[in-house]
Order: sequence, then structure tokens, then C-alpha cells
Amino acid sequence: MKSHAEIDFRTRLQDWLPKLVLAPSFAVTLLFVYGFIIFTVVLSFTGSKMLPLYTFVGLENYRKLWALEHWHTALVNIAIFASLYIVICTIVGLALAIFLDQKIRGEGVLRPIYLYPMALSFIVTGTAWKWFLDPGIGLERAMHLWGWESFSFTWIKDSNMAIYTIVIAAVWQTSGFVMAMFLAGLRGIDNEILKAAQIDGATSFQLYRRIVIPLLRPAFLSAFVILSHLAIKSYDLVIALTGGGPGRATELPATFMYSYTFTRNQMGIGASSAVMMLMAIAAIMIPYLYSELKEKA
Amino acid sequence: MGFLDISNVTKAYGNVEVLHHVDISVQEGEFLVLVGPSGCGKSTLLNMIAGLEGISSGDISIKGKVVNGVHPSKRNIAMVFQSYALYPNMTVAQNITFGLEMHGIPKAERDKALAEVAKLLQIDHLLSRKPGQLSGGQRQRVAMGRALVRNPDVFLFDEPLSNLDAKLRVDMRTEIKKLHHKLKTTIVYVTHDQIEAMTLSTRIAVMYKGYVQQLGTPKEIYDTPANLFVATFMGSPAMNILPARVVTENGAPHAEITDADGQKRHLRFSGNGIASWANRDILLGIRPEAITDPEGADRKSGNVQQIRNRVTVTEPAGSDTFVTMTLSGKDAISRMRADSNVVPGETFDFAINMDKAVAFDPESENRIVV
Amino acid sequence: MMSAASQETAVSTGRIARTFIYLVLLLFSLYYLLPLYVMVVNSVKPLSEITGGNMMALPQTFTLEPWASAWSTAQIGVEPTGLKPYFINSILMVVPAVAISTILGALNGYVLTKWRFKYDGIVFGLLLFSCFIPFQIVLIPMAVVLGKLGIAGSVSGLVLVHVVYGIGFTTLYYRNYYAAFPTELVRAAMIDGAGFFRIFWRILLPVSGPITVVSVIWQFTNIWNDFLFGVSFGGTRQPMTVALNNLVQSSTGVKEYNVHFAGAILAALPTLLVYIVAGRYFVRGLMAGSVKG
Repeated sequence: MKSHAEIDFRTRLQDWLPKLVLAPSFAVTLLFVYGFIIFTVVLSFTGSKMLPLYTFVGLENYRKLWALEHWHTALVNIAIFASLYIVICTIVGLALAIFLDQKIRGEGVLRPIYLYPMALSFIVTGTAWKWFLDPGIGLERAMHLWGWESFSFTWIKDSNMAIYTIVIAAVWQTSGFVMAMFLAGLRGIDNEILKAAQIDGATSFQLYRRIVIPLLRPAFLSAFVILSHLAIKSYDLVIALTGGGPGRATELPATFMYSYTFTRNQMGIGASSAVMMLMAIAAIMIPYLYSELKEKA
Repeated sequence: MGFLDISNVTKAYGNVEVLHHVDISVQEGEFLVLVGPSGCGKSTLLNMIAGLEGISSGDISIKGKVVNGVHPSKRNIAMVFQSYALYPNMTVAQNITFGLEMHGIPKAERDKALAEVAKLLQIDHLLSRKPGQLSGGQRQRVAMGRALVRNPDVFLFDEPLSNLDAKLRVDMRTEIKKLHHKLKTTIVYVTHDQIEAMTLSTRIAVMYKGYVQQLGTPKEIYDTPANLFVATFMGSPAMNILPARVVTENGAPHAEITDADGQKRHLRFSGNGIASWANRDILLGIRPEAITDPEGADRKSGNVQQIRNRVTVTEPAGSDTFVTMTLSGKDAISRMRADSNVVPGETFDFAINMDKAVAFDPESENRIVV
Repeated sequence: MMSAASQETAVSTGRIARTFIYLVLLLFSLYYLLPLYVMVVNSVKPLSEITGGNMMALPQTFTLEPWASAWSTAQIGVEPTGLKPYFINSILMVVPAVAISTILGALNGYVLTKWRFKYDGIVFGLLLFSCFIPFQIVLIPMAVVLGKLGIAGSVSGLVLVHVVYGIGFTTLYYRNYYAAFPTELVRAAMIDGAGFFRIFWRILLPVSGPITVVSVIWQFTNIWNDFLFGVSFGGTRQPMTVALNNLVQSSTGVKEYNVHFAGAILAALPTLLVYIVAGRYFVRGLMAGSVKG
């Protein structure tokens, strides 16, 4: 008769160790991410002011939020900022990547120059651009001193134009990174496809328009997701560059949420604005992550 | 009871059963090859023997002990992987002795075992190199060394030659066979290559769709395949399968087939076993080497029949010439001597060795005893 | 991937087109370099040269005074401490936060690729999505919890916050990296008798250099550059970014632009250094790991 070999403690432990190792991270994420999201959602239905209260007021905060002019300003601003930021970063990034891919002498020098801004914090970027764009000491004055007396660039002081200075600084910070993503995509394209297209008689322009750019679709998607996510979260850059001003001209949802929650003591409204931000990001990220995970699995 | 027993073993992922009630008993010193197309369950079965995958039902036992649920390292087995799975950060010597180190074998003993294995496999000069600096064949040797040094009860090979180029594969095949003769170890070897299966094994299990289709010696598998799948999977070029009808002529059963011009031809079966199939359709199986030119026919055969037929294509392969013709509306391949002077489009005489012919039930696809 | 290996992809272009391309590339390097140039040049000028001169001009009198002031005497908020204590806060916060989140990410990635279990995809999905939430959604409850734990306004509080919200990214990096690592090696090591931790330590970790560089740089840059958590939970132990903002935004007294620039460079220096030393490995590893199309 056959006897069963003994299955020892260590073998049983091996079955459980992986889960034990993963458990703390998972628990912490469940609590600090998903628990907190639920907490904030709950708060958005309460009359919390300076401190969390648990008096439920239904959709009152959302009604108030959407009636606030500040919130509308923030929404218009994020729409302008996000669309320009995403479009310009993508165009600049793609153009630089394609140009750098033309056997450029000095690519090794240019690439780090394009990329280094991404190592800086938005506070540093904001500080640098704040003074660079300041008409009193920055670009405008330099032009005047060089003899271009009529040069005028006062966007940062102009309520209607200040939001575009945020676009300029944000593009400066991130477009190099987008360039790197596209460059990696370009270098990953199978050479034989390009050779075949050239033998088929495609010109450079046709080659890029018909073959290369369609093949870069995954890079476009990644760039879009990363940029839109950065745009919706943007907070520090506005604080450092314009402080939300002039007046409230450059208010974004992120700065709105912070000031309503922590300085104006309207926690309920602050929470409801945070929920709106989460919903916006989730609408972009969930389909993307879902398709990515499905593909890899 | 064998040395390695696989009894009534089933593997299911959720509701999907991928291995169905497998029963194989391997004797000590045997070289068992599991062969089949990809997805047939052969690698799953090997991984279950190794303990890398769980068993859904049934038992696997080694030396009389059921090892279900026992950790792979406690089964006293060793495995050679398809990718060799050499640890890239360790030298060849460290790769080979890692398992001994994990089992707490003292350094002196490890070095001694290493030296023996290195000598056996002629890899002494590679010991201080990293896997990245080795050629495919050298990696293969190191992977075998890592298995050998453990002196295990059972060796498991998972398609170990499939990453080598054609010539090296043949050399390593011979090498593995020599090693088995020398060491007399028990081996379970997975491959999708039927030539490897035929040349290496003492017994073959042909697997398909999660079932063991046939378990037997290479000769049994080749000469008396259990069903149509085994018949066509084993052997290259594949066995010719011709639709035929059993007719009785002079009291003996014959297979009625048609030649390239649609003329009916009768081939007498060597036995009477198929007589009960008279006036019914069967599938006639004839291997290419059983169709030859009359001068090249097997002289020991008691039943060689000649037919005249038109040649479609000839393919000289150096040692042999493969000749394609039409029989019963199908392409049939014959293996002729290299210097047979057949020409496409012309008709020639062919000799069919009916001693080697097999027949299958077109419904169940099982072999009919001729 | 970013090497010159596949430069053949380039299509030959005409002379005029090439001149145009070089022109555009140079123009953009100007765009990227100008703000840095302005910061550096003006951080070594006396204030009078900035308010009375051209910001593009090289300094007439070279001085390191603004750097000294930014480091040790400038007014940050109400205290004339300079940025030094905040620099130290940032270091004390960044080092443990980077180390802990990277170690956890490596272990998580190892489990999620080599010790797969039922529903591991859902676990990974939940971890992954946590990378992309707007942090505004957790600010209020985090303030409450840190208060309850008694670590609000402390360095350990900030370490906790950065570890929690960094795990998702580090796990993503290691998971993608280890997914490409042959599972047969892990199986071979199992048969050789190595256990869970031994396989990680002896087999996977020795080849994890590239992805560890990515994870460490990513975490270091993100945590060093963070402003939102610092300003929300920093209390009296605020990090460098918050202090810099306080320095620059202070509304009292004369605006010492040169000191602000020196401070900004000080705040940027650690990440810039890391980028200069290891940036090429970072981009290479990042591209291979996460944006693979």
C-alpha cells in the first residue's frame, strides 16, 4: 500500500507567504485610498464647515457648488488649461521626437536639455516663470533694454490672459517628457516596415502620416492619459506662478478645493468639489487601465 | 506498482478539465516521453509531477510515496527547462550547486559533486562564466548539470532541445541518450517532436486533448497506432490515409482504392481480421516507406502488391526521394531510393507492402485489427 | 531603447528641411534653457543689478551673498532661518519614504507576477488606480487620521503619507519588470529548494538594478517635489517646496529676487543632480517598463 508523504509546515507556509507579504500594502491602500474616498464622499453630503460634522444635508453642497461663480471660473479655467496643455505638449513632444529621430548630430546633448525640467518641482518652475514673465523685471524689460521699446508682454498681470501663462510654464515642464515617450515609440517601430514603405515609394511626409504616426497610437494614448491626469491635479504650479490671481482669474478646481476646505471653512463644499475631480479622473483612467490590464493579462 | 505512478490524475482550471484521468506507471530506469501537439496537456502533467502545479484529483507517487501537495524541492526530482532557466546573476558553478546549497550540503561535498558533473558533461572550462557568456549548447549542458548534480530519483525534461538549432539538437539528443545509458536514471521527457520521442524513449505516451491516446514502446506506437491521431502524428512524412472499401475477392479481404486515373485497384490485406468489415468503408493507412519502387520493396515482407500509377511531384531529399501521387483522391507520398528515376507526369510501377498497412474505423477513428 | 542603435529609422531628408529641423531644435533648447539661465545668472547678482539692469545680462559684480542668505538667514514665514532646516526636513522625509515604498513595491511586484493567486488582477487594479486619484479626495480624511494618530505636522506623518500614495507606482514598476522575468527561473529555484524570500533575494533582486533605479528616482523626485501634502500636513516640519513658496510669496519687505532664485535652485538641486547622474537610466527603464506599447 502506498503511504502519503508528509506535507510539512514550511510547505504550507510557502502557500501563505505571498499573500501575507502583499497584505499590508493592500490593507493600507484599501483604508487610505478607498476608505478615504468613501469618507470624502460621505462628507460631501454633510453640513461640515471647519471640522467634519455628520449632519446630512443631501445634495445641498453640490447644489451650492454648482451655483458658485468661483467654481464656474475654475471649470472654465481647467477646460482652457487642460485642452491647451494636452494639445500643445503632444504636438511639441511629437515634433521634437520626430525631428530628433532624423540622425541629428548632438542628440545626446539636446535630449537632456529637453528633459531636465521634469526633474524640477512645479514650485520651482512657477517661481522661475513668475519672474521671467514679470513685466517689471523679466522678459518685457529685457526687450525694452535691448531697444525693442514697443514690446509688451503683460499676460501674467492680465485677468483674461493669466491662465495662458500657466499653460506656457506647464508645457515647459512636461513637453520634454512627452517627447521622450514618443521617441521611445519611434525607436520601437520595426525598421522593416519603414523600409517596405520606402520601397513602396512613400515620401517622408507620407511615411510619417500614413505609417509612423498611426503606429504611435499607444504612445498617444499614454501621453493623453498622463497629461490629463496631471492637468486635473494641477495645484502647485498655480500657487507658485499666480497664486490663483490676478484676483481669482487662474483658479482651478484643485485650488478651489483647497481654499474652500481649509481657509474658508466650507468643508462640505470642498469635499463635493473633490468628488467632482475624482469623477473626472476616473472617467479617463478607468477605461484606460481596464484596457491596459486586459491586454496584458 | 512502478517507480513513478500517475494514477487517475485529473487537472481542472475552474470548470475546465485539461487532463482527463491519466494513468501511467513508470519503471525504474525507464525513459518515458510525453509527446503531443501544443495544448495537449503534456507540460501540465510534467509540472504536476514536479509539484509546480496542483493535482485536481488522483495521485502521483514516487517510490511508493504519494507526493500530492509535497513541495517540489522535497520530491527528490530535478528538472531541465525549455529556456534552461539558468540564474543570470550566478556563475555556472553557482548555478549547478545552488540546489545543493539550498539543501544545506557542505561546501566540500558540493565542490566534489560539481567536479564530477562538470567532467561528465565536459564543462570544466566554463565553471566561472555567467550564463550570458555561453552558447545555446553550453547552456543546455549547464542546465543538465544542475539536474544531474542533485542525483534525483526522477529527471524531468521540458522540451529541452527546442531552443537549439537543427544540428545541435541532433547532437544533444544523442548526448542525452548516452547519458541515460550510462546513468540508468528514470526520466520523464516532454516534447512535441515525434523524432525525439522515437529516438530517445523506452516508452512513449502520445497525448492529445488532455487524454493519453496511446502508451507503448516506440515500435508499438509506430507500427500499431491506436487511432488515427497517433498514426498521423508519429512519423514524418505522415502516414498516408486513404479512403477505401473492404471487398472480398477469392475469399480474402481486399482494400479497394482508386488510382490517379480513377481506376479501381484491389490490395489484399495480410490478415483476415478485417473480413467482418466487408462492403464497408474504412480508412487505409500506409506509411510512405511502405510504398516503394518494386526493386526497393522489403524482401522480408510476405505481401507486397504492385500497382501502376501516375506521379505528380518528386522531391529529392538527398538520402531518399519523396514521390507524390494521387490515390483514392488524396495526395499519397512514397519514399523511394534516391536514385529511382521517376519523372512527374509519367506512370510507374509501385510496390505496396501490405504487411505494414493499417486500417481505421472512419467513425471512431480507432484502429481495426487487420 | 533610447540609444543610437536604431537610428536607421530616420528617413533621409533634404538640405533645406534639415536646416529647418536644426533651427526648430535649437529654438526649443532656448525655450527650455532660458528660465534656468535667468535663475542661475540672477542668483549671483546683487539686488541692485536686477532691479536696475537686464535679467538676461551676465553679472557685473559676482556675489554668493544671495545663496548664503537663502540657505541660512532669509525670512521664511516669520522666522529668519533660511531654507536649511526645511532642506533637512525634506531629506529626513524623502529617504525613509523612498526606501520603504520601493521595498514594498518590489515585494508586491514579485508576488503579483510570480506567486499569482485568484483575483490577483483585482488587487493589482486597485493598487494601480490609487496612483491616479486626485489627492484632493484624501486630504480631509488624511488630516483627521494623522491627527488621531498624533503624527500630524511631523516628519513621520509625511513619510506615512508618501509611502501610502507611492506604493501604487512602485508596485506598477516592479510588476511590469518582473512580468518579463522568466517564471521558469523561479520554478527552477523552487525545485532547487529555495523558499519565497530566498528566491526573491538570490534570484530576482540581483537583476532588479534597472527598475530599482527607476523606482528610486521616481519616488525621490515626486516626494521631494511634493507641495500639496507638505503644505497640508507639514505643520512646523514643512518640506523644502513649501518653504521656498513661503520665501517667494512673502509680502513683507523688499523682494529679494536674487535670494529667491538662489532658493529655487537650492530646492531644485537634489532632483537635478539625481537626474544628471542617473537620468538616462531612468528614461530607459521607464520606457521599457511602463509605456510599452
